[in-house]
Amino acid sequence: MTPDQLYGWWLPARASTYAADLDRQLDVFHVAMGLIFVCWGAFMIYCLIRYRARPGVPAVYSHTGIVKSMIPDGIVLAFELFMIFVIGLPVWAHVMETFPEEKKANVAAVIAQQFAWNIHYPGPDGLFGRRDIKLISSGNPIGLDDADPAAKDDLVSVNQFHVPLGKPTLVYLSSMDVIHSFNVPAFRTKQDATPGMRVRIWFEPIMTGTFEIACAQLCGLGHYRMRGDVIVHTQEEFDAWLAKKQAEKAEL
Amino acid sequence: MEGVAVHPKAGAHETHPELSFVRKYIFSTDHKVIGIQYMITSLLFLLSGFTMMLLMRWQLAYPGHVLPIIGRFLPDTMAPGGVMLPEFYNQLGAMHGTIMVFLGVVPLGVSAFGNFVLPLQIGAKDMAFPFLNMLSYWIFLVGGILMLSSFAMPGGAAQSGWTSYSPLADLAPPGQTMWLIAMTFIITSSLFGAINFITTTMNMRAKGMTWMRLPFFVWCQFVTAILLVLAFPVLQGGAILQLMDRVAKANFFIPANLIFGGVPVEQPGGGNPLLWQHLFWFLAHPEVYVLLLPEFGIVAEVLANGTRKPLFGFKELVISLCSIGVLSFIVWAHHMFLSGMRTDVTKFFTVTTMLISIPSVMVLTCFLLSLRGGSIHFTTPMLFAIAFLPLFGIGGLTGLPLGFTPTDIYLHDTLYVIGHFHYVVVTGSLIALFAGIYYWFPKMFGRRMNVFWGKVHFWVSVIAMNGIFFPMLIQGMAGVLRRQYDPTAQVHNLPSLGLNKVMTWSAILLAVAQIPFILNFFISLFKGEKSTDNPWNATTLDMAACPSPPPHGNFAGDLTVHRGPYEYSVPGHKTDWSPQHVPEDQLTGRMQQQPAQQE
Repeated sequence: MTPDQLYGWWLPARASTYAADLDRQLDVFHVAMGLIFVCWGAFMIYCLIRYRARPGVPAVYSHTGIVKSMIPDGIVLAFELFMIFVIGLPVWAHVMETFPEEKKANVAAVIAQQFAWNIHYPGPDGLFGRRDIKLISSGNPIGLDDADPAAKDDLVSVNQFHVPLGKPTLVYLSSMDVIHSFNVPAFRTKQDATPGMRVRIWFEPIMTGTFEIACAQLCGLGHYRMRGDVIVHTQEEFDAWLAKKQAEKAEL
Repeated sequence: MEGVAVHPKAGAHETHPELSFVRKYIFSTDHKVIGIQYMITSLLFLLSGFTMMLLMRWQLAYPGHVLPIIGRFLPDTMAPGGVMLPEFYNQLGAMHGTIMVFLGVVPLGVSAFGNFVLPLQIGAKDMAFPFLNMLSYWIFLVGGILMLSSFAMPGGAAQSGWTSYSPLADLAPPGQTMWLIAMTFIITSSLFGAINFITTTMNMRAKGMTWMRLPFFVWCQFVTAILLVLAFPVLQGGAILQLMDRVAKANFFIPANLIFGGVPVEQPGGGNPLLWQHLFWFLAHPEVYVLLLPEFGIVAEVLANGTRKPLFGFKELVISLCSIGVLSFIVWAHHMFLSGMRTDVTKFFTVTTMLISIPSVMVLTCFLLSLRGGSIHFTTPMLFAIAFLPLFGIGGLTGLPLGFTPTDIYLHDTLYVIGHFHYVVVTGSLIALFAGIYYWFPKMFGRRMNVFWGKVHFWVSVIAMNGIFFPMLIQGMAGVLRRQYDPTAQVHNLPSLGLNKVMTWSAILLAVAQIPFILNFFISLFKGEKSTDNPWNATTLDMAACPSPPPHGNFAGDLTVHRGPYEYSVPGHKTDWSPQHVPEDQLTGRMQQQPAQQE
């Protein structure tokens, strides 16, 4: 999809497996909110017209009991509890608490910094090499320690997050300096990257293409231009890309 | 008015010697003068925070264009050649939020109206601690001036958002230190005020003023003061810890192995950035209700008066109010669903957040049902109070998908959040505050504000406010994120960017709409039509039992309260308002033709 097709005036295209689940809840909420608002508004307008001040018509003196006015509250409470327990928590558990197995997933670490997204792939051995902030340089943005055997096959890219179609991607998210937030609108993925913490998130794309990564948490003067792309390939393309990058690294 | 016992005018002055100009109007301990001082000061802060927002809105609608008029006066460290720098945008954003919340809306709702109205409504001659009250204002003023002057610090004012998240705020330029010091002053001032309000309400009520006879406004101020006393010290503690991180190289919020600007941070770390968020939001969520509850009170007063009937469900309103107060302390982490906090903790906060919406719905339901059976007079304050109902409704409803964890994943940090809380605080709180200004102005100054210009102010403001905030909800649904200096830098923002022009021009319209208000305010101060002692034919003591403006000492002699606060249109009474302090035998008689409401 081109950006024009992906993004518009309302929710972006749904490019991940859980996007539709989350969107459905947004839809339910907005329909319910619209209904409540219209009912309130209609009642208010009716009252404003029906009970406008007219000469000789006094207001009705009454101290009404409590029960009748509880009906709208009861309806709203029932709706909210239904949303939480029947619809909300299962989806929350699916998106935020149930992670794919490392063996069956594409694994990567995203290390945020002012104002870029560093992507760290563990390579064929599946192990992330050791990192040390003393080793950070312009050629080594995440301070990867080449002396570590696990680091030999690791790949690092900046702002370009390559992932395959057809299997989930498991991301270890962290930050080197301040709090950032990893946001891919088309996937409905968002999670703060907090320094000193390493949290897991996951997503599974359902189409190939390029999807924007934005930073959602104010991280300094370059916050607005902290962006990257998730590039979704077919598995074959992805394997070819990996092989090419490994070869380039070996030449160095 | 015949037959209704009105206060004797003499008496109050005799016990108080005449004071010098300075003691009477500047370093005054009179709650009414302090209330008016707070009102003028916080209106000025509101204007300054609004001006900052106009600059930001210009940048959003026309990124990289020269700022009109103001641009050429700004120094090169803020806007070289009149074009705003991203650092300056972030400073304006942080200061807009801070000023509007802590120096604008809260002091106007709590300190200005609370100080002026609360002692009058409970029949007290002044606050319990008049000197502390004066101190509170002057500490507030110092805090406010420090906050504004922080733009002159090297590197400019605070620029890490009004939330000042660590470690960004720990490592920010010196303006952040000034922010923390200024906040300490503002918090101290709030605490002095809150202690005063609680003591005054508990101890200084007139004879017969039982708790259930207190006007709803007093209830709101009372609950608000309790929230302030319990919540603000937590932020004060947090602010001092962050200050220590900055000036004494402590490590409360700085984690280990931090690298900033390409160099390792000298502090060894070991702290936790999430701790700051917990401390901040432990205050800042109750603070949201501090922004709102006094305004509930104002709307209740104006609605009862404008519909000429008792408020619907007074007891229910009080119960809802107290529930909101209690629940507001256990919802704070709904601001942190995506912070990396344990995901099962979030479930607790989702449930409490949904629960707190129930008493809020109750309040709104009671207000709406209060219209039913009324005799609705569309006075200027009443217009604002009526507009509060649907517009605050939008604010409340749009809070639902944000407080609900799965939908918050997408909406968190988008403009949807901004639209939501501006609907709450601007078309909710601020509109109610305008209602309060138009309602109590005659009582404060003894003169009425112009009706025609009041209505112009109302209609243009309400249209402009919706023009600013509704597009935010749409942009938020499109995924546009908050705090973006240049929205064109991201592809997914591009389709809905045109809305920024709508919002910016609506903001300019809102600015223009305040001109009639400001002129009306100051011209009416000197030239307005003289007000009667009970300008709105109201029942509460502030309106019915003292002259306009009330003298030093407020009431002549001691008052006795005979009935509840909103006894309007009581069958068998001569007038359609039955003041709280007038004995029953003076009220009974055939009800007269309704007096023409002065609008």
